[in-house]
Amino acid sequence: MNDSVSADHPCPARRRWMSVVARAQPDRIAALLGACGEMPGHTVLRGPEGGLVMVRGRAGGGGAAFNLGEMTVTRCTVRTDNGYVGHAYVAGREAQRAELAALVDALMQDPDRSDGIERHVIVPLEKQQAARKAERAQKAAATRVQFFAMQTMRT
Amino acid sequence: MAYVAVKGGEQAIDNAHAWLAEERRGDTATPPLSVAQIEEQLGRSVDRVMAEGSLYDRELAALAIKQAQGDLIEAAFLLRAYRTTLPRFAHSKPVETATMRIERRVSAIFKDLPGGQVLGPTYDYTHRLLDFALMADEKAASGGVSMEAADLTTMPRVPDILGHEGLLEADAASDREPGDLTREPLAFPAARDVRLQALARGDEGFLLGLGYSTQRGYGGSHPFAGEIRMGEVSVEIEPAELGFAIDIGDLVLTECQMVNQFKGSKTVPPQFTRGYGLVFGFGERKAMAMALVDRAMRAGELGEDVTAPAQNVEFVLYHSDNIEATGFVEHLKLPHYVDFQSELQNVRRMRTEVAE
Repeated sequence: MNDSVSADHPCPARRRWMSVVARAQPDRIAALLGACGEMPGHTVLRGPEGGLVMVRGRAGGGGAAFNLGEMTVTRCTVRTDNGYVGHAYVAGREAQRAELAALVDALMQDPDRSDGIERHVIVPLEKQQAARKAERAQKAAATRVQFFAMQTMRT
Repeated sequence: MAYVAVKGGEQAIDNAHAWLAEERRGDTATPPLSVAQIEEQLGRSVDRVMAEGSLYDRELAALAIKQAQGDLIEAAFLLRAYRTTLPRFAHSKPVETATMRIERRVSAIFKDLPGGQVLGPTYDYTHRLLDFALMADEKAASGGVSMEAADLTTMPRVPDILGHEGLLEADAASDREPGDLTREPLAFPAARDVRLQALARGDEGFLLGLGYSTQRGYGGSHPFAGEIRMGEVSVEIEPAELGFAIDIGDLVLTECQMVNQFKGSKTVPPQFTRGYGLVFGFGERKAMAMALVDRAMRAGELGEDVTAPAQNVEFVLYHSDNIEATGFVEHLKLPHYVDFQSELQNVRRMRTEVAE
């Protein structure tokens, strides 16, 4: 899903699943989790709380950083009854999405559950997101043109 | 001139607001607009309110538009007010527009640039004839949109294409923490980071007029639209509790690389210089105007004469924010009774003196 995973990221796998749930609809996460069988209970340690992230750009696209503007973000931290702590920071103001994303993050760290969650939650969400992305890319591709300068015009 | 505090009028204010609410709703024989409808069907208004409100949240911008009866500056004001109620969790890593998922990308300087010209959902080439079919109830989108196999390789940015020969000035990297207008008031001389922040949240109409003025000769620098691109980028933050970067979601951004002539100076050989525009949402006009004005404000740095309004950094930055401008222009509505009384006495005295 990500565009710029740096090669030296310490936890690329965790980064991947967090980015997938950050973009998922909460009712869809809940439905997919529901199909995974018995889950441990969880306690919310923080949030879900709303806040802001200042989005930065670069002058000229590749130069010095500047502050472009803020975006709304919701964060949440949960602990499962068997002791795994999950975090989430997700764009927007949906509390339920942040809590479910944190829960999925915790469950994915549990070796007994990560395979099931990967298969029944992460992969279907990722596929859905990739399909949306591909559809938009295909619509864009259909508007690709070649311009031909007229012979009589200065080029 | 100063305004004075007055008391009274509470009932009139309550009644005015009640009437406003009724007027906002309009004729109840027509169905009410939902926030989701505004978000989906008035997307360019939503984009503009997010850019000038300096807050990316499509749903909140749509709500603000509904609440403000479509007054976009009032809506941007509502977003600015809302953001003050929230804590800031983090700043993002600079977004990578080079890896944008392109929905539109055009260049006016290269016919055959790698990746090609992608028109995207544009109003360009439409005939600007009112479409009366939209007056009728629309069925589901007619026909369907063409799709083609997409080549998902990233499209190089124009500076990456022209930069190799040294014909185009390179981006100056810096690790300095950028200034932030939401934390520190504007001070001069304002560095480019602060100027870009101010332009990104500046009024589209004001910047459009200023950008246009540079084309008409008030500080001209012969611009070319090197590249305009629009699409989604991912946003990454690095929360302290995790200690590594995570991806929190996507934003739609529009970027403009303006390429301008430059004669060179004692230290710099002749080369093309650049102005830069980057805005929230699909805001091509704003991004282009921003790039023109960014380049104009670099006149001093590039050793050009500073003669035109668009080149005057203080003039541009002090007047580009429509919320501030609204505040000062509209404060003239507040009671200035005492001031005016004293002016009235002055004028009467002067007239008496002239008559004597």
